[in-house]
Amino acid sequence: MERRHFLGTTAALGGLGLLAACAPGSDSGGDASAPAAEEVETDIASLGDVTLKVWDQEVRGAQNDAIEALIEAFQKEYPNVTVDRQSQSFDDLQQQTGLALSGNDVPDVLQVNNARGDMGAYVADSLLTDLTGYAEAYGWTDRFAASVLSKMMYSADGVTFGEGALYGLPQTGEICGIYYSQKKLDDLGLEAPTTWDEVFALVEAAQEEGEQPIVLGNLDQWPALHVFGPLQANFVPSEEIVTLGMGNAGADWTSQENLDALAKLAEWGTSGAMGDSPNGLAYDDAWPLYTKGTGVLLIGGSWLAPDMEAVMGEDLRFMAPPPGADGKVATTGGTGIPFSIPAAAENKDVAAAYIDFLTSDEAMQLIADNGGMPVNRTAELAPDKGVNKDVYEAFDAVSTEGTLLPYLDYATPSFADTAGAALQEVIGGQADAEAAAATLQEGYAEFTEGS
Amino acid sequence: MVTRARARPSAVARSRVTPFLFLLPAFAVYAAFALYPLGRAAQFSLFEWRGFGPSTFVGLDNYVDLAEDAAFRAAIGNALVLILFYAVIPLVVGLVLAAVLRRGQVRGMGVFRTVIFLPQVIALVVVAVAWRQIYSPVGPLNGLLDAVGLGALARGWLGDPGTALIAVGVIGTWIEMGLVMLLMLSGMSRIPQELFEAARLDGAGPVKEFFAIILPAVRGEITVALVLTIIAALKTFDLVYMTTSGGPGNSTTVPSYEVYFRAFDLREVGSASAVAIVLTVLIFAINVGVTRIGERES
Repeated sequence: MERRHFLGTTAALGGLGLLAACAPGSDSGGDASAPAAEEVETDIASLGDVTLKVWDQEVRGAQNDAIEALIEAFQKEYPNVTVDRQSQSFDDLQQQTGLALSGNDVPDVLQVNNARGDMGAYVADSLLTDLTGYAEAYGWTDRFAASVLSKMMYSADGVTFGEGALYGLPQTGEICGIYYSQKKLDDLGLEAPTTWDEVFALVEAAQEEGEQPIVLGNLDQWPALHVFGPLQANFVPSEEIVTLGMGNAGADWTSQENLDALAKLAEWGTSGAMGDSPNGLAYDDAWPLYTKGTGVLLIGGSWLAPDMEAVMGEDLRFMAPPPGADGKVATTGGTGIPFSIPAAAENKDVAAAYIDFLTSDEAMQLIADNGGMPVNRTAELAPDKGVNKDVYEAFDAVSTEGTLLPYLDYATPSFADTAGAALQEVIGGQADAEAAAATLQEGYAEFTEGS
Repeated sequence: MVTRARARPSAVARSRVTPFLFLLPAFAVYAAFALYPLGRAAQFSLFEWRGFGPSTFVGLDNYVDLAEDAAFRAAIGNALVLILFYAVIPLVVGLVLAAVLRRGQVRGMGVFRTVIFLPQVIALVVVAVAWRQIYSPVGPLNGLLDAVGLGALARGWLGDPGTALIAVGVIGTWIEMGLVMLLMLSGMSRIPQELFEAARLDGAGPVKEFFAIILPAVRGEITVALVLTIIAALKTFDLVYMTTSGGPGNSTTVPSYEVYFRAFDLREVGSASAVAIVLTVLIFAINVGVTRIGERES
């Protein structure tokens, strides 16, 4: 009896608690009104004492050094500004950004991943400041290449990605390309390929000689995207890849060109050209294997260059993929995580000045000095030798003359999973090109038609 | 000496409310850290919400969607398979190991016990990273197979849809075995030595002894072991997250991984909460079943 009474009370209390708790979330978007260029205050010294709250994820050695040096220089230039910097890992920052932005106590500058699931969602909820006015005031459109800036642009409703208003600026650049071992090529009597047909021939020649042509560790699912992206550009016009990759309506994964690209990946996967079990090898185990002499080529991101060079020295070379379907160089790539200003930020003018400073020509020099790859002035800042010379030149060629293709997982909030699983099955031989294309199309169409 | 009638308890002590006052502090903590979050999760599961911004009430739609969700069904199926590896196999192996260790009176028993229990102590992330190396296409497992002439069996164990789930399951077996063995050993230590002597005088061998004396005596421990290991199997997350991220395809995804993936990657907090609630109900139901069977037989 008493027990029942107790339980009854408990249930009633619990029920009350449920009723009292309001629906999750709230409708309160920030103040998303964007200042026009003439309203922007660029005279930071006149703003009095300001503490600028900055959240970033540049925690790794060289990046951290560059940011710290830049903050020091910024504070020296504007003694009235104190930069209060919090840095944490990408994953940590990414997962709390949503909560932080919808709260009242937001940072003034924040690094926001420019994928649809992140920046796109925040733009749709009016949580980020439209930077168009600042871009005009500071001349950012002259400083950055258009194909770079488009990676930070959304329509105000967050639906269209790649055009519209500007919501962030990046400091660094990155591209996926082809690493090769000069010594291995010499041993095989081959030259670095200048066309995709030569790449395919090289793969076959290496395989006949008993070498593993390409090293891939795809246990993590996403690394295959960095191989497929460049490969796809050989078959599919870059405009279509951009549409697919940005998740905008009007393209088709089941087109013949895409099928051909997937079929080539399947051929590489099942013939053993990428090793016996690329899906069983972890990404961070694969590139060390490559540095120790397994494989002739490694297709992947430019961020691997410094670590691999440390082992391989001058044997390691890097190249942008050969010209693709439209005769121009096109490859997956993009920028480091862009710096944005939350809509509810207190010191937007100072924040914009800080972002301007982080992306200035001097900053680019400083990033290059610290071993990173700056997003601008890449060609002039290229080192004299070493793999970073190749990387800088490749990035410059792609971002200025060619097309920087978006990461395919930008397309929809769940596309990293969709595409990762589909490509894994293509490589493992569990799905053929048609089946994979159908899966990819389903995920893409569901999103583009639903929005 | 004056004998006094024992004083009647005070009005406070006699009140029917008093026992609950004693429960209150513990209950308050429990309610704040277990009941309230559970209630909120149940509430979230009725909304479509990205974790920030506005939410839409969708009733039971999230649950209805789960019924047709291939990833979710794969996750439940995989979790049931993992029960075999996390609970059933460790139970059998742990029982036998404990019986052997108890009988043997081997020197260095403490060392064996510690070694077998060790996996329980190591952080799961470390375990996962170590096993990922073992299963790597260029790892020691394939090296061993090559060395004994079974090179044809070598493969990327975590990358092959046919072997990935089994490979993850084996890690689970390795972890849980020690826990089960320790529980069984403690159960067996309570059996009076006379029972074994009597059985031996009646001519019982080790096998008979095991089934006639040990097994009935440790029934309680078996129930506890099953409850603990089944919970571990159903809510396993770290291993899958660190070894395969649910791949290849959906072949190793589990409900807990789906919760994380939906909440933090897809930003579908409602759907993630629905999976969590279903998982909670499932764990609860299976364990009520296990405990019922355990109690009825004893």
